[in-house]
Amino acid sequence: MDVFQLLWLIPALPFFSFLILSLSGSKFSRTGVGVFATLSVGISALITLIIGIQFLSSPPAGHFYEQTLWVWFDVAGFKPSIAFYLDPLSLVFTFVVTFVSFLIHWYSIGFMKTEEGHVRFFAYMNLFVFSMLMLVLANNLLLLYLGWEGVGLCSFLLIGFWYKDPYNCYAARKAFIVTRIGDTAMMIGLLMLVKNFNTLDIASILTTAPQTWSPGASQAFWVTILLLGGAVGKSAQLPLQTWLPDAMAGPSPVSALIHAATMVTAGVYLIARTHVLYELAPAVQTLVAIVGAATLLIAGFSAIVQRDIKRVLAYSTISQIGYMFLALGVGAWSAAVFHFMIHAFFKSLLFLSAGVVIIAMHHEHDIFKMGGLRKKMPVVFWTFLFGAGALAAIPLITAGFYSKDEILFFAMASTKGSTWLWLAGFVGAFITSVYTFRMVFVAFFGEQKHDIHYKPGISFKIPLIILGILSLIAGFIELPHTFGHFTPFSDFINTVFPAVQLIPEKEGLELTLQISTAILALFGVFLAWQLYMKRPQMVARFKETGFGKRLNDFLFSGWKFDWLYDTFFVKPFVWLSKIDKSDFVDRIYGGVANLNLYFNKLLSATQNGNVRSYVLGVALGAVIALTIILFL
Amino acid sequence: MTLVYIILILMFGGLISWIIAGKNSSLAKGIALLAVLADLVIIIGFWISVYDKFDLGSQQWLIDYRVEWMPQLGISFHLAMDGLSLLMTALALFLGAVSLIVSWNEISKNLGFYLFNALWLIAGIIGVFLSLDLILFYFFWEVMLVPMYFILAIWGHENRRYAGMKFFLFTQLSGLLMLIAIIALYFIHGKNSGQYTFDYFALIGTSLSAKTGLWLMCGFMIAFLVKLGIVPFHSWLPDAYTQSPTGGSILLAALMSKTAAYGMLRFVVPLFPEASKTFAPVAITLGVVSILYGAKLAYAQTDLKRMIAFSSMSHMGFIMVGIFSFQALSYQGTIIEMIAHGISITALFTVAGVIHARIQTRDMDQMGRFWEQVPKMGAITMIFVLATLGLPGLGNFVAEFLILTGAFKSNVTLTVLAALGLIASMIYALVILQKIFHGERRKEWKLTDLTPREVLAMGCLIVAIVWIGIYPQPVIKTAQPTVNSLEQNSNNTTFVNDTGPTNKMTLKNGDENMTMTRETSTFFLSLNKKGGGK
Repeated sequence: MDVFQLLWLIPALPFFSFLILSLSGSKFSRTGVGVFATLSVGISALITLIIGIQFLSSPPAGHFYEQTLWVWFDVAGFKPSIAFYLDPLSLVFTFVVTFVSFLIHWYSIGFMKTEEGHVRFFAYMNLFVFSMLMLVLANNLLLLYLGWEGVGLCSFLLIGFWYKDPYNCYAARKAFIVTRIGDTAMMIGLLMLVKNFNTLDIASILTTAPQTWSPGASQAFWVTILLLGGAVGKSAQLPLQTWLPDAMAGPSPVSALIHAATMVTAGVYLIARTHVLYELAPAVQTLVAIVGAATLLIAGFSAIVQRDIKRVLAYSTISQIGYMFLALGVGAWSAAVFHFMIHAFFKSLLFLSAGVVIIAMHHEHDIFKMGGLRKKMPVVFWTFLFGAGALAAIPLITAGFYSKDEILFFAMASTKGSTWLWLAGFVGAFITSVYTFRMVFVAFFGEQKHDIHYKPGISFKIPLIILGILSLIAGFIELPHTFGHFTPFSDFINTVFPAVQLIPEKEGLELTLQISTAILALFGVFLAWQLYMKRPQMVARFKETGFGKRLNDFLFSGWKFDWLYDTFFVKPFVWLSKIDKSDFVDRIYGGVANLNLYFNKLLSATQNGNVRSYVLGVALGAVIALTIILFL
Repeated sequence: MTLVYIILILMFGGLISWIIAGKNSSLAKGIALLAVLADLVIIIGFWISVYDKFDLGSQQWLIDYRVEWMPQLGISFHLAMDGLSLLMTALALFLGAVSLIVSWNEISKNLGFYLFNALWLIAGIIGVFLSLDLILFYFFWEVMLVPMYFILAIWGHENRRYAGMKFFLFTQLSGLLMLIAIIALYFIHGKNSGQYTFDYFALIGTSLSAKTGLWLMCGFMIAFLVKLGIVPFHSWLPDAYTQSPTGGSILLAALMSKTAAYGMLRFVVPLFPEASKTFAPVAITLGVVSILYGAKLAYAQTDLKRMIAFSSMSHMGFIMVGIFSFQALSYQGTIIEMIAHGISITALFTVAGVIHARIQTRDMDQMGRFWEQVPKMGAITMIFVLATLGLPGLGNFVAEFLILTGAFKSNVTLTVLAALGLIASMIYALVILQKIFHGERRKEWKLTDLTPREVLAMGCLIVAIVWIGIYPQPVIKTAQPTVNSLEQNSNNTTFVNDTGPTNKMTLKNGDENMTMTRETSTFFLSLNKKGGGK
């Protein structure tokens, strides 16, 4: 049997599980719900693995496989289908999505054990996995958009999972609406594509576009910039990044799965998927790099001053996706996808470990109230440390080093790169290592501030350990030229992408760059140790100065973007709605009606039974009539 | 004759329910529902039997029934059905049945008269969808108005008299403008051709000067704009939608507004092709203004039904954009929007009615955290809130996407503005969900979840909206011949009297296609009533 024919099952299984749970979830036992949901995703992951092995051992003709279920609709020759497209790019994404989802579902069985509404939780999680898989497997952009909106919906539902707290509802709404702004831009981009090509089939657009548009064509410019709008919304990049820190209101597994590992990288996927269009619009591709560079710095600086462990991680997510955008912008397509994969492993690990810590601390999020957790929770400590090491790109032993290093090298050496882009990434790497190890030292070292009597169960530990190992070793499938030159990952995925164009004279810099990045990362760890362990009073004193306080507030609030949008968009809109609640058009009609009533009253007042006034009226009328007849 | 039966079954059903309601109210309700369901079965059976014909695409009219009514005046009783009217009739019957089911226990006062009005209203709506004689069309247009006025003014909420009066004045005045336009068209056509008739097929080729065409079209358009609730003629709408009982709100929002959209597709565009092209920029602008202004008003409301009413107005803006873009994609989108919006607005008004029946208020400031007590209601509401905000996989998305795709081909700027409606609709739609079902509990209420009867009705609506969302092809296929002829029509604005594309018709009992001039076509039409009338 051709295993590729099982492709449709990968998204379908989580969807059926969602249906079953939402229709009759209450008939399951408490653990039964979680196990059922986890199994459905687990089988999907297994099928992905089987298909993946098949793909590696005997790739289908042309390195892609297409499966059509049915034609969605067919109007005037425009006929998007419900159809899947499997190539190395979508295979990597499918693999990461199903595999990480499986581990997070597993972890959630324990995490949600005592929570109210756990059926709803697992149903939404399954729906999310389904939508995300539709997004990455879609063969046309309209079906991709279905997945795109579907993951947005699940994000909304799960951020607001604890719906009784109005703040959570606000956070959920904010995420949905802010990303919708990007989605609408993307929708307009799709309209343009339909107008130009009368199809949304990705493969045929990518083959037709270079024949119809010359590089730099204005059509290509607009389409790509509109798609970029969708990408920055979903991936929380400038200027639509504001929703992600608030999205941490959801349960920790949700933050791990949706707001770190998978959904927020949808923008990266979209741009990588439509890379041909971006190559036709060099200006926009440069913009992608600039957006990435700017975002990684802005979010990195904000992460340094956060106290909430999940907000630190949220800002670090924004920043790491900034790196992926940077890679996309300089044409290092496979480096972006590689960093996506490694990031999915270590960031979900960090969130899951943080989730255990938060439960153990009785829902305390503030790292400064933690401290000394190293001894009490050794497993969590070590897994968190592995994740943190990968995030900070600790040289040689962590996966994050290999993926980030590749991006930094290409930011410098690619023909589309520049020293400035490299510098942004370089500084960002330093900041990353400082804020990451600030978090590690403050929360896990030092003296213990609260007693905890909590032993995480086995269902917590195994996913953490698997992800921990991956965070260390997954980097070895893509070793740089200077160190082994073993590159099965990019060899596999480069059937989709063109190779990066390098500037020959900068190629030699690779080793220098690597060594400097490595030293910088280690120095960041050292600085964090000095500032937050050895001399915490230094930071405290700086914060007390007027400038320090203002700077702290400014960074803490995420560079005041929320304030900006509130003042210029939200408040005027709310004000406008309030003053015109009862609709001025209606008032105009009401005015006409009242005017009629007024004249009616005026005229009925003349009917007063007073003969003298009647006579007066008749006489006046006669005079006026005569005047008109005689003189006009 | 099938078409006549469909209308007569409803009218007689209404009469019988009225008569026996005094003795046995359950039986009366049962008979009313049965009449609607019987019609629904007939129409679906008919749809299945002709479904394969839509592939051919050449033959627009499926049934054509015509008898002389007042031959001296050129008025005939002319009913006909093509794909579009088939879809609309089926929709009217489906949603009519749902409206009866969901308001099963709502009406106790004067039940018989209510059922009579409801059924005559549905009959009137279907009559509008089927008439091809302009006087007959106008007659059914008025038949809709009177029962609706009664439903609103007798069984409405606290402010029903005001709302009823406003509704009556707006629709009646605008209807009169349409009547004037119809009569003017009749005389102009009579003078041109010597044949005085109100028949659609005859009038469709009337050549008009640009100015006259525009004036006559405005007569029709104002009536339709009022009924559709487009800015600035929408002011009656929030009051009427809010004050009606649940069943009335459903019939108003889901069906009566669609008669206006239907009227534009059936009469305005084909009768006045040039004038509609001239008017198109204005029409699309009005549509866009309605989308955005309606959404903004919806956001500001605290009365649940009022909010839904404004959301409906916002979605009707898409219909204007769709019709006046003159593209196959947007015509199809419009037709799907008519169906999908009908379904989703029915569900939302049902939710409002269900909540009102339990807590006697529509004020969302007194609701909150309902999910805890009534999760089923919450989940079902969520599906339709998502449909309203255009989530892919549900019907409204397909509709709005197709409308925007088509519109983008004819006007980029206005389409981009219309697309902003996607953001706006999300902003207000989430308020419905979050204010009622999430957040703080603002007041203690004893709530009971949906009854099996309510779940059944909502289940049907869910199936329908999902079906249109993931496989709308049957609808598209059915509407295709109509859309083809609309497209030909608008591609053909240099329109000489005798070569009008819709004058081409096919003999139903013959194999060969024959193209006929207008004079012969009316001759054949009168012969045809025996062959085509079933």
